[in-house]
Amino acid sequence: MPFKKRIRVTVNGVRHERSVEPRLLLSDFLRHGLNLTGTHVGCEHGICGACTVLVDGRSVRACLTLAVQADNAGIRTIEGHGNAQSMSALQKTFKRCHGLQCGFCTPGFLATIEDMLNKYPLESEGRIRELLSGNLCRCTGYQNIVDAVLMARDERAQAEPVNRQVEKE
Amino acid sequence: MKPAPFDYCAPESLDEALSRLGNSPGAKLLAGGQSLIPMLNFRLLSTDLLIDLTKISELRGIQPHGRSVRIGALTTHQDVETSPLIRERFPLIGEAMRHVAHLAIRNRGTVGGSLVHADPSAEWPLLAVLLNARLQVAGLGGQRLIEAQEFLVGALTSSLSDDEILVRIDFPALPRHTAWAFDEVALRAGDFALCAAAVTLSTGGSFLTGGPRITDARIALAGVADTAIRAPAAERMIRGQRYLTLELVDQAAVCARDAISPNADLHASADYRRHLCHVLVKRLLGEAARSSAAFAPSSAPVVEGK
Ligand SMILES: Cc1cc2nc3c(=O)[nH]c(=O)nc-3n(C[C@H](O)[C@H](O)[C@H](O)COP(=O)(O)OP(=O)(O)OC[C@H]3O[C@@H](n4cnc5c(N)ncnc54)[C@H](O)[C@@H]3O)c2cc1C
Ligand code: FES
Ligand code: FES
Repeated sequence: MPFKKRIRVTVNGVRHERSVEPRLLLSDFLRHGLNLTGTHVGCEHGICGACTVLVDGRSVRACLTLAVQADNAGIRTIEGHGNAQSMSALQKTFKRCHGLQCGFCTPGFLATIEDMLNKYPLESEGRIRELLSGNLCRCTGYQNIVDAVLMARDERAQAEPVNRQVEKE
Repeated sequence: MKPAPFDYCAPESLDEALSRLGNSPGAKLLAGGQSLIPMLNFRLLSTDLLIDLTKISELRGIQPHGRSVRIGALTTHQDVETSPLIRERFPLIGEAMRHVAHLAIRNRGTVGGSLVHADPSAEWPLLAVLLNARLQVAGLGGQRLIEAQEFLVGALTSSLSDDEILVRIDFPALPRHTAWAFDEVALRAGDFALCAAAVTLSTGGSFLTGGPRITDARIALAGVADTAIRAPAAERMIRGQRYLTLELVDQAAVCARDAISPNADLHASADYRRHLCHVLVKRLLGEAARSSAAFAPSSAPVVEGK
């Protein structure tokens, strides 16, 4: 291939160094370069949210990010959340609320929700739905996902009562 | 789909980026990539060289300048949404950011990228036109300032030339007593607006000059023309008034509606967009008037509820 660039990334705590073509999307780098196929690909133009991952703690579309742009970044994919033996707190709320059926959309939802929980107080169900609107789910009808976010929000509020960035309004 | 091959560089200064751009005729600038990468993915565009601007720290940040605010072109929508300075001086901009795409896209998409991309339904062109923003542009020959209305030439077209880079956007201070309102109608939260509108109403004057009046009124619209526009005839109906009545607000909204000729597309007919324009302008003028006691003498009903 004509142009290759060397990149260093830390994915779920593991450091990787690779040569990549500049046109390689972060979603394809994760799936095909690192075999982390939990990051899903639906539309490749930012609409469906299936490819959403955390880059330096912020949710981003992996299909609208080049792998070269992730040089020196810390990335968290669904594989970094937990596994069947030890699930993350958010995965447990999804399980309890039945927040998934086929699971195709779930990795993207979890990345989005992690970022939402860190950034906003999520004072109402309406606000939660507004912030979830960038992730599409064909199975659940969304209600159970909204319930899982409400539960995760309340659990976190109990764990760390103050210390929240207060949103305007 | 996947992009066609291209080379990539990420200069760390504006000068370096300008000289790379000047020396590479087939190059494209990359900011947040939230409009450019979809087009590359679908091969609506291809390029020999992508010049990534995101490492140039001088292009990022929100600074006060006197009473106005300067926003670096590479500042993300999310940084603007959460900026204390924006909340204090231009709460209208902060409110509008909630309507720009989705959190993951706001985390990467930039103010400058949105203005250069110039989508007719986007929020930034609307804000720039409403607030009389000035855009600072750099080329190898030096820098120039462009008024927002001159910068936005048409659908997906700005007056930037191929060898120029948008550096920052200046938002001049609004008059001290200014009320505002913003709203849009989109199919889902985060979608591009079918119609978006924003208004500001400024008051001034004292009892010596016959009591307070509306000294400045601005109405801006997006989604109803090739680019964001103002509604000058409707603004003139409001300017100079002592207060707004239901009737006057409706007349101004009708006037704004009758001045546009929107396109029809998959999502909305031209008539529906005209209807939205009327409804939004009427509602927003009422909201802005209500939020400022100066416009609402107790005897006069200002405007009905939503
Ligand atoms: C699903 C989806 C929904 C969206 N919804 C909305 C919405 O509701 N409202 C809205 O406003 N936007 C929306 N967007 C677009 C988003 O706001 C983009 O961030 C924005 O349009 C482009 O900014 P960017 O930084 O990503 O620019 P890029 O995609 O990197 O660049 C866009 C264009 O601008 C040029 N450019 C960028 N920066 C500069 C500069 N400093 N100087 C010169 N040229 C430059 C590039 O060369 C390119 O031609 C949406 C995007 C997606 C994918
Ligand atoms: S695959 Fe990235 S948003 Fe759909
Ligand atoms: S669980 Fe199947 S798409 Fe969401």
